[in-house]
Amino acid sequence: MKVTLDPERCVGAGHCVLSAGTVFDQDEADGVVLLLDPEPAEDLADAVLEAADLCPARAILVTGADGRPV
Amino acid sequence: MTDPTTDLTTASQTAAPTTVRSADPHYPMDRQCPFAPPREATAIRDAGTVPRVTLWNGVRPWLFTRFDDARTILADPRFSADKSRPGYPLSSAVALAETAVEPTLLIMDNPQHDAVRRLVLGEFTVKRAEGWRPAVRAVVDGCLDRMLRGTEADLVADLALPVALTVICEFLGVPFEDRELFRGLTHTMNVVAGTTESAAAARQALQDYLEELVAAGEREPRDGFIGRMAARHLPDGTMTRPQLAAMALLLLTAGHDTTANMISLGVLTLLRHPGHFAALGADDDPELLAGTVEEMLRHLTVVQRGIRRIATEDVTVGDRFVRAGEGVVAAINVANRDPGRFPAGEEFDPAARAHGHLAFGYGPHQCMGQALARVELQEVYAAVARRIPTLRTAVPVEEIRFKSDMAVYGVHALPVTW
Repeated sequence: MKVTLDPERCVGAGHCVLSAGTVFDQDEADGVVLLLDPEPAEDLADAVLEAADLCPARAILVTGADGRPV
Repeated sequence: MTDPTTDLTTASQTAAPTTVRSADPHYPMDRQCPFAPPREATAIRDAGTVPRVTLWNGVRPWLFTRFDDARTILADPRFSADKSRPGYPLSSAVALAETAVEPTLLIMDNPQHDAVRRLVLGEFTVKRAEGWRPAVRAVVDGCLDRMLRGTEADLVADLALPVALTVICEFLGVPFEDRELFRGLTHTMNVVAGTTESAAAARQALQDYLEELVAAGEREPRDGFIGRMAARHLPDGTMTRPQLAAMALLLLTAGHDTTANMISLGVLTLLRHPGHFAALGADDDPELLAGTVEEMLRHLTVVQRGIRRIATEDVTVGDRFVRAGEGVVAAINVANRDPGRFPAGEEFDPAARAHGHLAFGYGPHQCMGQALARVELQEVYAAVARRIPTLRTAVPVEEIRFKSDMAVYGVHALPVTW
């Protein structure tokens, strides 16, 4: 599982941090999403997928081993 | 998709408006139960139709009630939030006042919206909100200490409003002593039956008051959001004084009324579920508490008149074709009980996963203050359940006045005893 961001889209809602706090953080200066762990372990899959689903700006893309969006 | 409304739409080009309007449901519909959205709106969702509805001024937007459709609309940049566009489905005459004074984020479209939002986002991170938790807890405990000196109270006047107002005042750095002023002005801006003129005058008065505070923050450093943003963004012209005041106005109004209503209506909901109320008071379980707040937000959805947008080009949502210039209403209170997304549906079930509800909106406009709101609601519900396990309403539910007449749902007063 691989995570990529489009921080330009981020609106700082913070769901990603609440869902998967070891994978995502927010920049303290401007509130924009930061990626702590671009290849999270499998046991974080549910949390990361939830983060992507809840993101109101659709700024999180999760791809599988085959490179396709999950 | 063919349904009767499709034919009516075509007919509206030629038929007398009264003929057409009589066939459309009026929106918003009336509630039958104070704890549930209107039955008619729920039936529309369950039937899977997207009808045209008639608003107070004869404008006829499409009504979307399903979760997926509502979420799609709120994230789609082809739908504009600019209330000054002709044909915008305004919720009332007072909503027009939002275009009369300095615009807030709520009515901006991108790219302007995101650029302005970025200037202040750092103040609203999850960590910042957590940093407010001790202060919020102190405010809640102070209100409860005062309340518990007596034997009965109005949970709105004695807890919900002072907590919400004190927290937002501390956050912004506005004097709490002025609360009656902005409480009154905010009320005028939210009464559905008000006029554009009364709402615009109230909005202007609040804007003027906040511009004074911004100017004071410019003259000497001050604590709080207004002071920090004045120091950061005014000297180089990134923001103007009116723009910063408009931002503060949005945070002050959106930041206390919604929260106050969630507090009072939420406590009332807990009292109707005594087993859960007792569990919340007995267990120090952060997950139970967080889940309760999420479920409360989903179940109550105090923004009761839908989020409105206008199409800037032709868009298909689900199987409904929306033409450029047509209005849409995303009925988030009905969508948040869509059993297709939330297994709890119409029920209040804190054990069910309510994540992803639309109570804070969705898309670029999703509430900036949601992390702080969560902290406030968690602290209030937990403190009430822990400190007043014998809490009960002091009047029958039939005597409670619910806010069907306001943009944000809640109760006007909630007499309680313990």
